[in-house]
Amino acid sequence: MSVTVVQEWLNACSGCEISIVDMGERLLDVLGLVEFVHSPVLMDHKYFGQLGDKTHLEIPEATVAIVSGGLRNEEHLEVLEEVRKKCAVLVALGTCATHGGIPALANRHPMADVLKRYYETETTDAPLRYPDDGLPPLLDRCYALDEKVKVDVYLPGCPPHPDQVFAALVALVQGTPLTLPAKSVCDHCPTVREGKGEVKKLRRFLQSPQYKGPDEPLDKMRCLLEQGILCMGPVTRGGCGGDQNTPRCMTARVPCRGCYGPVKHTGDQRVEMLNALASNGIDLSALPEFASMLRFSGAHGLLKTIPKRQEA
Amino acid sequence: MAQVINIQPITRIEGHASVSIQLDDRGEVLDSKVRFMSLRGFEKFIEGMPAEEVPRVVTRICGICPWQHHMASNKAVDRCYGVDLPPAGRKLRELMQTISHAEDKILHFYFLAAPDFVMGPDSHFSVRNVIGIAKAHPELAAQVVRMRYQTKMILEKFAGKAIHPHAGVVGGFSKPLLEEDRKEFLGKMKEMLDFACFTLDFAKTQVFPKYLDAVTTLGVIETGFIGTVDDAGALNFYDGKIRLMKPDGSFTDFESRDYADYLGEHVEPFSYGKFPYAKCWDEGFSLDVHNPRGIYRANTLARINVADRMATPRAQAELEEFREKFGRPAQLTLLHHWARLIEEVYACEHAVELLEGPEICDPNVRAKVQPRAGRGVGCVEAPRGTLIHDYTTDDNGCIVKANLIVGTTHNLGPINLSVGQAARALIHDGVVDETILNKIEMAVRAYDP
Repeated sequence: MSVTVVQEWLNACSGCEISIVDMGERLLDVLGLVEFVHSPVLMDHKYFGQLGDKTHLEIPEATVAIVSGGLRNEEHLEVLEEVRKKCAVLVALGTCATHGGIPALANRHPMADVLKRYYETETTDAPLRYPDDGLPPLLDRCYALDEKVKVDVYLPGCPPHPDQVFAALVALVQGTPLTLPAKSVCDHCPTVREGKGEVKKLRRFLQSPQYKGPDEPLDKMRCLLEQGILCMGPVTRGGCGGDQNTPRCMTARVPCRGCYGPVKHTGDQRVEMLNALASNGIDLSALPEFASMLRFSGAHGLLKTIPKRQEA
Repeated sequence: MAQVINIQPITRIEGHASVSIQLDDRGEVLDSKVRFMSLRGFEKFIEGMPAEEVPRVVTRICGICPWQHHMASNKAVDRCYGVDLPPAGRKLRELMQTISHAEDKILHFYFLAAPDFVMGPDSHFSVRNVIGIAKAHPELAAQVVRMRYQTKMILEKFAGKAIHPHAGVVGGFSKPLLEEDRKEFLGKMKEMLDFACFTLDFAKTQVFPKYLDAVTTLGVIETGFIGTVDDAGALNFYDGKIRLMKPDGSFTDFESRDYADYLGEHVEPFSYGKFPYAKCWDEGFSLDVHNPRGIYRANTLARINVADRMATPRAQAELEEFREKFGRPAQLTLLHHWARLIEEVYACEHAVELLEGPEICDPNVRAKVQPRAGRGVGCVEAPRGTLIHDYTTDDNGCIVKANLIVGTTHNLGPINLSVGQAARALIHDGVVDETILNKIEMAVRAYDP
């Protein structure tokens, strides 16, 4: 008997789902091994019955649930709770689901300010009231899944590499344990680290790093952090390069920004990075702000609203 | 008794939406609404960020068209910082974005839209999906998956990341293209061009004719259109003037930086998503199915309508055939699918053109930039429509204000109108079944929201 799968997306951009599709021909193998019973992006199963005439949101029972996106509104929460009830194993797919992801940057602002900006831009005709007719109310902030329900498997990444999505599905089908890379991005990075502590000052990424020429391999290029460019590799979980191993940012010779979240699930990328830089006496005055060190992992209460300055 | 029918969620689309249809005492459609269910607030939370970081953040607005957000954002920041791009840097951006168009249109056609046509709109919901297609037509499915994957992996191999890219940088591109990669990618895009032509031919001979009835009736509305054209009036995905066409086919061209003089956004109480409209027509905004006002459409059909011509030969021949059959502007909603496949041919031909010249391998791909106070509007054509990023920066080059008009949102009004039309045509005497409800959703899917 094949394994039944529920796939849901909550406060998501659909990048995780495209990553599933980007398994390529392995996708067809997967479709032979698992039976999708609910997946809004792929198939037409509905929440309130196929004629929309039921009063309770219902998702079919399944062995595995794969859920992307964090929680932004009450419908996301209702769907997540129903999924948790109906599925034996809950997989949090992608950094929004595991750590809040980019949308959790909104957690720095009171919801009223977010709404005010969106509905009062220069091109928007000021509304009499904000939309509320038949819409799920917004939550006070963005949450990761495990702030509300128990999560069994974490597959971080923005998006997770297709190789890891495939490995996870195979492990779930075969009932074998899933091993994912657990060290930092630097552990997978081929660039040259000399570790001489020459860097005194970090700069913004406004010009290319130094390397000899277009065909110079990455294992001859100096570590970007050692070149004085902010790179979140040391405090970010590795694995983004999939089976090829090389971190995806490095392939383009750009610095890591932290998309796999902290190395340890409960880590704090901002605190860890600032500590690491401070203990090496590195001057950070060229960096205008540090909140975006948590751009992928601001849920779990790490990004908080900025207290309003008292006006005189 | 009056009744409300809910379709929730709308499935096989790329976002989150639901439909509610209100019937009167006689079981006729009184009103319908398409709700867009959440909002994230990017305009607010990118405030304060160094502008050069923003092109790596706004990609998360959409995992299907991250390349377009990446490019619109980079173009906006280029302008804030006042930088001119080296030609190869600009070409690489355009190439990557064009290839992402080529990959996306195949994804939409086969994975999301085709189940309605290949399996049939009245087939059972459990097989009316890409999995059903894979079982019924395994050879075609294998070819689709292989061709799409091969194309997508060009982005991954060269730019490091195909979903949520980071290789476009303010001032250009993060790395140059090597000659050996150019040759490999050129071969692959030629192969994809053949597949694009096969797909359009397959659709024209075996798919569309079977459903001509649906094409000529389902979700039909009359609107204006928006899209980007170059100086010669040819469709362009990466740069050009914005052309806003009225329902009668007359049009105005404007520079993207002037968008706020032409477009407005309306807020309705039933949708978090805002409704852009043609402010410059001075007729206001209304979703009244009998008398809509200010409504224009974006996306494939819109671009095919506003363009005087296509810049590449095979796509031009296809446009001529399309125009002969359906006129200009073509209004039938399901023609989005046909227009999408013409654009697919164009995207592949254009990628081949860009890759054919060796100058794209010039190692000078990135200009030095200096953060400064400024304002920049960056605009590209995303698969779902004209995409506008408008940033203002402070002296330190950090964002003080951002305004975004995202491709899909142009069509929120038209989607509401098409659903209203489809519901009124299909639901009578209170009789509703799964096929009727799926046909109403097909009117939404055409827009690929």
